[in-house]
Amino acid sequence: MHELSITESLVSAILERVEGRVQTVTLVIGRLSGLVPDSVRFCFDVCTQGTRLEGAALDIIDIPGRVRCLTCDVELELPDTILLCTCGSANVDIVGGQELRIKNVEVMV
Amino acid sequence: MVTDLGGAQEHGDSDHGHPPDHGNDHPHSHGHDHPHDDGAAADPVRHVPDTRLVELEYDVLAKNDLLAARNRVWFEDRGILALNLMSSPGAGKTSLLERTIRDLSPELMLSVIEGDQETLLDAERIRATGCRVVQINTGSGCHLDADMLARGLRSLDPPSQSVVFIENVGNLVCPALFDLGERSKVVIMSVTEGDDKPLKYPHMFRAADVLLLNKLDLLPYVNFDVERCIGYARQINPGIEVLTVSATRGDDLDRWYDWLRHRVTAAA
Ligand SMILES: Nc1nc2c(ncn2[C@@H]2O[C@H](COP(=O)(O)OP(=O)(O)OP(=O)(O)O)[C@@H](O)[C@H]2O)c(=O)[nH]1
Ligand SMILES: [Mg+2]
Ligand SMILES: [Zn+2]
Repeated sequence: MHELSITESLVSAILERVEGRVQTVTLVIGRLSGLVPDSVRFCFDVCTQGTRLEGAALDIIDIPGRVRCLTCDVELELPDTILLCTCGSANVDIVGGQELRIKNVEVMV
Repeated sequence: MVTDLGGAQEHGDSDHGHPPDHGNDHPHSHGHDHPHDDGAAADPVRHVPDTRLVELEYDVLAKNDLLAARNRVWFEDRGILALNLMSSPGAGKTSLLERTIRDLSPELMLSVIEGDQETLLDAERIRATGCRVVQINTGSGCHLDADMLARGLRSLDPPSQSVVFIENVGNLVCPALFDLGERSKVVIMSVTEGDDKPLKYPHMFRAADVLLLNKLDLLPYVNFDVERCIGYARQINPGIEVLTVSATRGDDLDRWYDWLRHRVTAAA
């Protein structure tokens, strides 16, 4: 489960970057990132145990997929994770929805 | 952990303890920035005065991507062709490597990095062919990452102008997310897995440069439509190259070898 190693690395990235007890973590997870938010939540609880992040709330901002169709040259937001333009073409470039980012954290002062 | 022929071992799963490379990802605050607009403003916890919001805007895969970029430069400087072989467990990665090494080692300098959660079995199979090999055991990790590969390369020390095959952990999901710095990603699928796999694992098939459809010798015994499978793969990734082979019986391996020779020339 890649969510586990990714969650471990995001927890250590936060611990390295902020001091004090963390109350909230806000992540941005695109729908085309290959990460399942529910698995990240599960792993977050496991990975934060015994750290300054234990018990922190996890907010996940969901970003829909966006593609540019190379057939009809339009940009569109995808209703799901299937890379298809409304014209039926699969010849698309992904322009959004692959994000996997720690946006911010709220720490106790 | 990394195991080379001499038996030196390193822990592959300790990479999270390493200090990251601080580039331009230092924390910075935007006083005017709101956390987000999904209704969280209604949450009173956010507005208690004794907390502080730290904007991180940290890309979680950035560290891996940076290390992968370093590996890529390292390969390019040496004219080494690195290929990342990925598949579900048992699709035939090691069998294909054994056969490829036997057929091509007089002609090309080849070495192998083996990634598995546990055991040295695949490395031993490769070593039996006389090829240089290093085993990386990922423990609970379900994929190789760029840092593990860099450490594996230090043990392997492949010569310039050679080919390094990286056999990733058998898994069609996680390895697709982790760039290793390879030149090409090769996804291997066998005809016993069902022709719908490209649709079910789109990340992997989108990331791959080549699809190698293996175990062609078993086609008479299974319900598998080769053309439909290729159609699905192209639906996900219009540019993907497709080769059909049997690693054990030897069908059509020449096309795979030609593909390899072509890449070797391009990398040198
Ligand atoms: N019939 C047939 N069997 C094959 C072929 N290629 C591999 N096999 C068999 O498939 C089984 C798995 O092959 P491996 O080469 O170990 O597969 P792998 O992808 O390296 O497996 P993991 O490393 O465990 O993920 C073995 O029993 C092989 O003999 C093929 O082309 N035809
Ligand atoms: Mg194997
Ligand atoms: Zn279109």
